[in-house]
Amino acid sequence: MLNTETRPAGKVDYSALIEPTRINSRLYTDPDIFQEEMEKIWYRSWVYVGHVSEVPNRNDYVTKSIGPTPVLLVRDRNDEIRLLLNKCPHRGNQLCAYRQGNRATFTCPYHSWTFSNTGDLMGYALADGYEGASKTGVGLGKVPRIAIYRGFVFGSFAETGPTLEEHLGGAKAALDQLCDNAPTGELDLRAGFLQHRTKANWKFMVENETDGYHPGFVHGSIFQVTKSGIANLYGKDSIALTRDYGNGHTEFDLRPEWRRIDKPLNWFGTTADRLPDYVAAMNAAYGPDRARQIMIDGSPHTMIFPNLFIAEIQMFVIQPISVDESIQHVTAVQFKDAPDINRRLRQQTMGSVGPAGFLLADDTEMYERNHRGARIRDPEWLVLTRGLHRERKDENGYTIAHSTDEVPQRGIWRHYLSLMQEQPA
Amino acid sequence: MTAQIAIATADNDLRALDPVALHHNVAQFLFHEARLADSHDYDGWDALWEEDGIYWVPANGMDTDPETQMSVLYDNRSRIHVRIEQLKTGRRHTQTPRSELARLISNIEIGEVAAAEVTVFANSMIYEDNLRGETVWAARNEYRLRLVNGNFRLVRKKIALVNNGKPMFTLSFLV
Repeated sequence: MLNTETRPAGKVDYSALIEPTRINSRLYTDPDIFQEEMEKIWYRSWVYVGHVSEVPNRNDYVTKSIGPTPVLLVRDRNDEIRLLLNKCPHRGNQLCAYRQGNRATFTCPYHSWTFSNTGDLMGYALADGYEGASKTGVGLGKVPRIAIYRGFVFGSFAETGPTLEEHLGGAKAALDQLCDNAPTGELDLRAGFLQHRTKANWKFMVENETDGYHPGFVHGSIFQVTKSGIANLYGKDSIALTRDYGNGHTEFDLRPEWRRIDKPLNWFGTTADRLPDYVAAMNAAYGPDRARQIMIDGSPHTMIFPNLFIAEIQMFVIQPISVDESIQHVTAVQFKDAPDINRRLRQQTMGSVGPAGFLLADDTEMYERNHRGARIRDPEWLVLTRGLHRERKDENGYTIAHSTDEVPQRGIWRHYLSLMQEQPA
Repeated sequence: MTAQIAIATADNDLRALDPVALHHNVAQFLFHEARLADSHDYDGWDALWEEDGIYWVPANGMDTDPETQMSVLYDNRSRIHVRIEQLKTGRRHTQTPRSELARLISNIEIGEVAAAEVTVFANSMIYEDNLRGETVWAARNEYRLRLVNGNFRLVRKKIALVNNGKPMFTLSFLV
């Protein structure tokens, strides 16, 4: 790393690297800062792990992660959702080698210790060698705090701290808005994830998700070819907004544009007559007036810090691997019992995102160029001044500005600074 | 080298062709297609496709159902054309500059043979060099080729990357 220097661990002065309208490139490239982010962000604050619909039946499990650490999302034998760590407490062996499955017990292949999917040790192999030893206290590691909001499962490695609802704050409304688009109010995320690897620091992804300045340039090629009107949302005359919810959560609020156009499902590039089953189910569930409003407002474009990005029709989970490597996990938003819209959601998602996506392949190219650029010594400082003169507050007191302004990025860094300056309890 | 060699069959029936000749003709077509992809001959590659063409890169398994599960890429004919047109804008940033590519197509086996269609299995290994660095891609491919006016055309190309259940770098060239 070009700009790594020797210094005692934990001695980075973050206030000298983050100013209200500019940030130092070193924040993306310094491996010591990455390690400190693990302790102060990824292994402390609330991190999105998975969705309850990914483990619909008792004893279902799926491998997820918190930061670089694999985590088993389990619906245990008692129907309880758990987050277990995939490490045998005997010799540290990786316990489960599969991405997903259904099993009530996990047996370590090394010395055959067997654990219930509640995490408890059920039995030692060749138990005579453990005469008098207790089985309690030698279970699997657990993520100490788990909280679920509308099916979204979050974990925190901190024993104490803000509740999930306190952490989500105003961004909770985005999860509600997303679920409202389902006739049943529930998601059903079982289409599988694409895993898009990139040689770039994770924060480039978090910042880009609500950067409304780039689409016209980075995605101009696909907008041109498909004659898409999406570019107008990110143009000079757009009335869409950027919003800083606080706590690092940011949003690109397209509702002002959709309300101006006033056509149900226009947000999804389609019309009500093309998805008749979905529209009928929405009308039945919410009544015609409320259903119409939901189908005009559409699904949110919201980045929930540090790793959950709702991109209207897709859901991304950002995973940091190392200072210069990340994985974007992405799947299609799918609504419970809504096959006609779900098919279109999958088709659009497969076209747009993932390693071959019309959109995300180019975003990801930018992440890698961002990262290579950040390693260059001069200029050290990167500029986040766009739209300062037109920031204002919305009716809830959140900062908003034009759709192309850098309100989200300034908000992300303000929250990041507060986390990195916290002293360990 | 650019034109395909016309395939002479009795009554346009591939089943009437000598197996060695069929294998040879299939291999020549696959090599031709590979060269168009390696050299970013976008229009040439696009022109190989039939109207009912499907270009498919599954994810999370060799044969995951593309109608219910996410695929890396699952293009019908119109989406194949969009992909080509995007590459041709010159502003498909991940291919500007273009990847340098060389691929090997091997282990070619003839599957089911119908009068005008043949299923083919082959392995491919692709070396890619781009701004990020070098990447090697390995896949088990399945093709369906249709005989039209004495030449093969693509009806289906499935590229089952052997590591498609793991995180993968951007895949923006014609695979």
